[in-house]
Formats: sequence, structure tokens, C-alpha cells
Amino acid sequence: MRRLILFVPLLVIMAMFFLFQQMIDHDPTEMELARKDKPVPAFALPGLRNPERFFTQEDLKGKPMLVNVWATWCPSCRVEHPYLLKLAKEKGVQLVGLNYKDDRTAALEWLDKLGDPYVFTVFDEEGRLGLDLGVYGAPETYVVDAEGIIRYRHVGVVNEKVWNEVLAPLMEDSGTRESEVKDTRVNESTGSEQGASS
Amino acid sequence: MIAELGHYALILGFCFAILLSTIPLVGAWMGDRVWMRLSRPLAGGQFILVLGSFCALSLNFLLDDFSVQYVAGNSNSLLPWYYKISAVWGGHEGSLLLWALILTGWTAAVAKFSKSLPLDMVARVLGVMGLVNIGFMLFILMTSNPFLRYLPSSPQDGADLNPLLQDFGLIVHPPMLYMGYVGFSVAFAFAVAALLGGRLDAAWARWSRPWTTVAWSFQTLGIALGSWWAYYELGWGGWWFWDPVENASLMPWLAGTALMHSLAVTEKRGVFKSWTVLLAIFTFSLSLLGTFLVRSGILTSVHAFASDPERGSFVLALLIVTIGGSLLLYALRAPVVKSHIGFSERSREIFLLLNNILLMVATLTVLGGTMFPLIAEYAGYEVSVGAPYFNLMFGFLAPVLVLIMGVGIYSHWKDTPAGTLLRKVPPLAVISLPLALVVPWLMGSFEWMVVVGMFIAVWLTVATALDVWAKSASRKGRLQGWLKTSRSYKGMVLGHLGLAVTIVGATLVSHYTVEKDVRMAPGTVAEVAGYQFKFLSVGRKQGPNYVGDKADIQILDGDGDVVTTLHPEKRRYVVSDNVMTEAGISPGLLRDLYVSLGEPVGEQAWAVRLQYKPFVRWLWLGAILMTWGGLLAVADRRYRMLRKASSEKHSVDIQAQENRSATGVTAGGAE
Repeated sequence: MRRLILFVPLLVIMAMFFLFQQMIDHDPTEMELARKDKPVPAFALPGLRNPERFFTQEDLKGKPMLVNVWATWCPSCRVEHPYLLKLAKEKGVQLVGLNYKDDRTAALEWLDKLGDPYVFTVFDEEGRLGLDLGVYGAPETYVVDAEGIIRYRHVGVVNEKVWNEVLAPLMEDSGTRESEVKDTRVNESTGSEQGASS
Repeated sequence: MIAELGHYALILGFCFAILLSTIPLVGAWMGDRVWMRLSRPLAGGQFILVLGSFCALSLNFLLDDFSVQYVAGNSNSLLPWYYKISAVWGGHEGSLLLWALILTGWTAAVAKFSKSLPLDMVARVLGVMGLVNIGFMLFILMTSNPFLRYLPSSPQDGADLNPLLQDFGLIVHPPMLYMGYVGFSVAFAFAVAALLGGRLDAAWARWSRPWTTVAWSFQTLGIALGSWWAYYELGWGGWWFWDPVENASLMPWLAGTALMHSLAVTEKRGVFKSWTVLLAIFTFSLSLLGTFLVRSGILTSVHAFASDPERGSFVLALLIVTIGGSLLLYALRAPVVKSHIGFSERSREIFLLLNNILLMVATLTVLGGTMFPLIAEYAGYEVSVGAPYFNLMFGFLAPVLVLIMGVGIYSHWKDTPAGTLLRKVPPLAVISLPLALVVPWLMGSFEWMVVVGMFIAVWLTVATALDVWAKSASRKGRLQGWLKTSRSYKGMVLGHLGLAVTIVGATLVSHYTVEKDVRMAPGTVAEVAGYQFKFLSVGRKQGPNYVGDKADIQILDGDGDVVTTLHPEKRRYVVSDNVMTEAGISPGLLRDLYVSLGEPVGEQAWAVRLQYKPFVRWLWLGAILMTWGGLLAVADRRYRMLRKASSEKHSVDIQAQENRSATGVTAGGAE
């Protein structure tokens, strides 16, 4: 009987390895297919700077943009922050911040100190939108096209290389799609108007 | 040509590893002394070959041979020569080669310093280390070969070493840390060898003790160097981030600390045998797990520059074979007979058991915090665990551990006379509490966690000091008495004091750092914590492989005297186009002044971060004391005597040693 107890460590470790095996094929830098090319999940969350103003998924439409998940407790966010500033300032990239499971005062202080690259920042204190998006950890950056459709998810720090090789081409794509989409939208809206008038 | 020679030496080294892990083990199994004797020369040959391979790669770096892919990816002709050397382990392939070099180095060291061990034990230990090495060499040769070339056309110049790694701290941090990680393989090999040979007595504990302590010392220093490096190189003055890779190095350290203490019990008293063996396996497994977590890319972190998901499967297979195999062996061979050696609930055995339990809980806390996001994701939830969780858990565990330590110092083996331990508590509390309360008052603001941190640090220091006072009593005076205590005792004292010093540093710097972000132009003066920071000028600077802005900031103290002038820089590394912050630091025993440049905000104006970090040096000072303590303990006389002692007399020796130590402790207690 006592001998059987000695097998416990082996079983625990083997269970852990089984988990690793499952995880290893799953590259966290790639988004799960389920969420790709789907609209940003519906949400209504206060802004970081002005708690009275509530943002929704509608605010993520109109232009292709990067939604950047960040928090003051995340060291890598600090690493990528200067580059985000550069993207916003020099390349004119539309950046939206998703402040994830953070403290409002600390987050505001962070932006005051390090600079604010974001058009606006949504304050997701409980991580609800993060959960719906499937945030793996901070930092993460989503490419959202003009229609509010998630095109890509990047896990980890955004730097020159990631931008040039991955994000920039996707942003351009989203830009071209935007015009196509706009056309269909016009048709749809005219269609519905016709329907209403008839 | 050099790369090919290096590659060839590596393959030969791999062949030696195969021989080393078969011939001596089979020899030990069949009782063939000739086969067993081959283990030492094979271990030496393996080391020389891997060393040759490592030198070849270093030479490729020094000679700027950019036709070698790994060199092209991690070096550049503009890089200063010392960074070309450290660039050898700046990437994945090279750091694995360094790992293999250190592993074969430890194997060779065991071969050299094991003259007093029975031959079958030596054969088994070296054989097991050879087995581990096979795995790593295979990994290097199959998936991460640093000697591959770009043929026929090679790049003109290299892509440069990651600027974060172009730094003195990174020249020394990885080798030290690896010495620790890999050093635990010796304790692991001894444990597996003891299981294989069915000789799980006090002797194996005694043999693996010094090796474990040395590995632990290196690991301590390696972690401290990493923390120091992050502090000054990442440019914002943080020293610990609970980053997965840091956690990966902390886990084997915690388990290794438990192992050191548990080995003491097994050696001196012959109890906890199965537990100590399991702990030895567990400690090295955590070292391997650390490698896996870093290499596989299943965890993303600041250290992401060394990850690659494609190699994960291979490391995982390696882990399953090594850890799974040794745990299976453990389950089949560990002794299940209940030991008849008794000890009371006030004995030193119990205190060290508590130490082990708490350190294991701490290890599992870190493991859980690192793994939980993975497990949750597998179950379909998304969570991330941050610093608040770890701080909360350690804010609870560390005080409990240290309070028990303070009392445990006075305990004796087998049993401590009733009441002695309780009598120690009031004086300790009477000294610790006022000191703990006065510190927040001196520092200017009251925080409960500061009181707790200072209380346990003083508690441990006073407990150690009182014990030293009692043990150093001698007719020739205290100093002579202290000098006459054994080196392992001195080592323990230093190790425990080192922990207290680190706790002081961690507590004070966490709570009393003053941080100010200001816009500064030439002439601007800002005040932080009583110091005047005067921005003198800012100018361009041309480095060997970067261009940068360098500011001169003069610091005056309260009396208007110049303390120092700091030169923080903002560098742009030309080849990789990376921007780096080089902080200006004025170090001091009681405080660091830390200045880093943010972004330019005007013609001559910069956003500047000014920080006052009290007692931050104590963090690393404590680690140095712990390392020193560990090395001192290994230099103890009994290990030198051990080498001379013949192996036949061994069991007699241990018996005598046990008797001696038992009487020694009683005598110490009586004094």
C-alpha cells in the first residue's frame, strides 16, 4: 500500500506533461480560429480618462485600428510602450487602448508619465471584454478593420519587426477591405430604405 | 572550417555521452570493475570535446564568420570583442551549448573529486549524468545546431546582438544561473544512482550535500545578477517582476534550498530518506522545466528573445523521459520501510521538516501562478496571474518561514529540552518589535508590511547573533571561539544573515521608493527625497554600434554639496534599430539615485524619470552573503577529510560523525 503512494508524484507529473503536450501545438501568438474574422464582441465599458463616457463595439468601427491590451502590472507593456508612441506619432496608426484588470489611478499615472499613444482607452477593470476576446495575457494587440471585424491577434510585445512583417500588411489589407465593405453597406442601407418606403 | 571542427567535436562529444551512459552503468549492474573504471576517462573526454566545440563557436564569433547562421543572427562586426564572446550565449543555440558545456563540466568535476566514493557509485552517478547529457546534445544536434552555415552566399554583416544583452550583467548572469540549474543535476544523479544501486543510506546524502550547496550558491548569485541586470538595464528601476522566466529560476532555487536542509537531516539522522530523494529529483526537474518553459514558447514574457515553439516538443519528450523515468524508478525502488529513528516534536528534525514544507508550498505557489494561466486556458478560461498574487502569497509565507527559522536555530537533533525554545521567544520579540516599529517612523510613513518585513529580518538577525554568541563562548575569548566554529556553521550563519539582509532590502525599496517624472531642459532643477537634480546639458554621443543622446545631471544633497553627476543615455542601436535606455545610477549602501531619460519633448528638453531607491543594494548584498555562506560551508574540514578517507571505512565514519555531531550539539546547548 505504501508503495502505491510513491506513484503519486509520477502521476501528477505525467498529468502536467499531458497538459503541456496539449499546449505546445497551440501557439499563443496565433489567434484561435473561432474568434478570427468575427466582429468584436459586444461590450459597454467606461473610458479610462472619463468614466462617464461609455464605449461600445461601435466605437471600434470606421477605420482600421490596433486594439492594444495593456496594464500597469505588465512589464512587457512597458517595453512596447515607446514603440506604440512611435506608431501613433510617426505612422499615424489608430491605436485604441484596452486597460485590462488594472487600477484606474495607476493607469492614468502611467499614461501621464510615459505618454499616451491611444485615441481613447477603454477601462476593463474586471476583464469582461478581455474574457470575451480571449485575452491570453497582456500585452496583446488586435487588428480590427473598419467594420469592427477582428483580423488578427498578436500576443506579446509589438516592435519594429512585428509591425513591419505582420501588422502593417494586415492594416493595409483592412484598409482596402474597408472600401469594398463600404460599398456593400451603401447597398444594404439603400436596400433597406427601399424596403421601408415600399 | 572552424565551425565544422566545432560541429565534429560536438558529435564526438555526443558519442562519448552515449558511451558514458552505457558502459559504466552496465558495468555497475554486472559488477565489472574495468567497465566501471571507464566512467572517469569518458567523463573527462566528453568535457574536453564539448569545450572544444564551445571554443570553436566563440572563435567564429571573434572572427566575424557571418556565414555561420547563428553568428550572423547574434553578432555584428561593430560589436566590441567582449560582447562577441557573450553573444555566444545570447541566443537559443549558443545558450544550449553553454548548458551542455556546464553539464559536462560538472560531470568532469564529479569524476575528479570522487576519489573516496565506492566505484559502483561513481560509475552510476557519471552514467546518469551522461544520460542527461545525451538528451541535451541530441537536442542541440537535431534542432538547434549553432554551426549551420549560409551556403553558398553568406551575409556581409550580422544582425547584431539584442542591445538588451549588450551589457556586463549579461556576460556573467547566464553562466552563473546555468551553473546553478545544471549543478542540481549532480544531486539528481546521486539520487538516481542511489535508487539504482539500492543503497539509499546516509552516505549518499553526505556525498551529494557539498554538490547541492555549490549549485545552490551559483543559483543564488545567478538570480541576484539577473535581478541586478534588470534593475539597471531595463531602465525603469524594477528588480523583480514575477515574470515566468524569473519564476522558472526561482522554483529550483526554492526547492534547492529545501533540498540542502533536507539533506542535512538525512545525513545526520538517517531519516526522511525517501523524501530527500524525491526532493533531489524534483529540484532538477524544476531546472529542466525552467528550460522547457523558456525554450518552448508556451509562455510569453520579457525574455521572449530566446523562445521557439517548434523546439518545444523535443524538450517535452526530453522532460518526459528524464523526469518521468526517474519518478518511475523512485516509485519502484524508494524504501517504504518506516524508519525506526525517533525524534520528538521539539527536535531539529521537525523544524527542518517545517522548513521543507513551507519551501515546497512556496515552490508550488510559484509553479501554480506560472501554470495556472495555461491550465485555465486549456479548460477554456482566460486568466493571467500577476504580481499581486505572488506578493500576497510571499508576504504571508516568508514571515511564517522566517519566524520558525529564528526559533529553529536553537533546536537540537532528536529532542530539545522542554521550555528552551519557548524561552527564546520573548527576548527575540522584545528586540525585534521596537526596531520594526522605529524603521517606518525613520523612513517617514507607516506601512504594516514594513513592520512585518523589518520584524522578521531583525528576528532572524538577533536569533542568529544570540546563537553565535552562545556558540563562540571560549576560554580564549569570543573571537577565538568564533574562529574555532566549523566552516559549515559559519556558512549557515552567513546564509541566514544574507536572507535577513535581502528581506530588509526588498521591504524598504518596495515601500519607500520615491519616483518623479519631470520635464527637464538645461538649467531645470527638480527635487526628489531631499536631493536636488540639476539638468546641466544634453548632447549627442557616438558609440561603437549605436548613436545616442547623453544628458549630464548633477545631484546636490540637502546641504547643497555635489553628490555626483550622472550621465543617463538614450541609445539607438543602428543595425537592429532598437532604442535603449541607459540609466544613470549613483549607488550607495543606504540609497540609490536613479535617473533615466524618457522621450525628448522639445529642442533641448526631455522627459526624465528621477528615482530615489532606499536600501536597494541590500537585495543583492544579501544574495552575495548567501553565496559566500554556501561556499564556506562546502570548504568545511570534514569534506576535505572525506576525500582522504577510504571508502571501505565509510559506514564506520558516518557512525562516528553522527556521534560526534550529536555530542557537539549537546555540548553547544549546554554552553
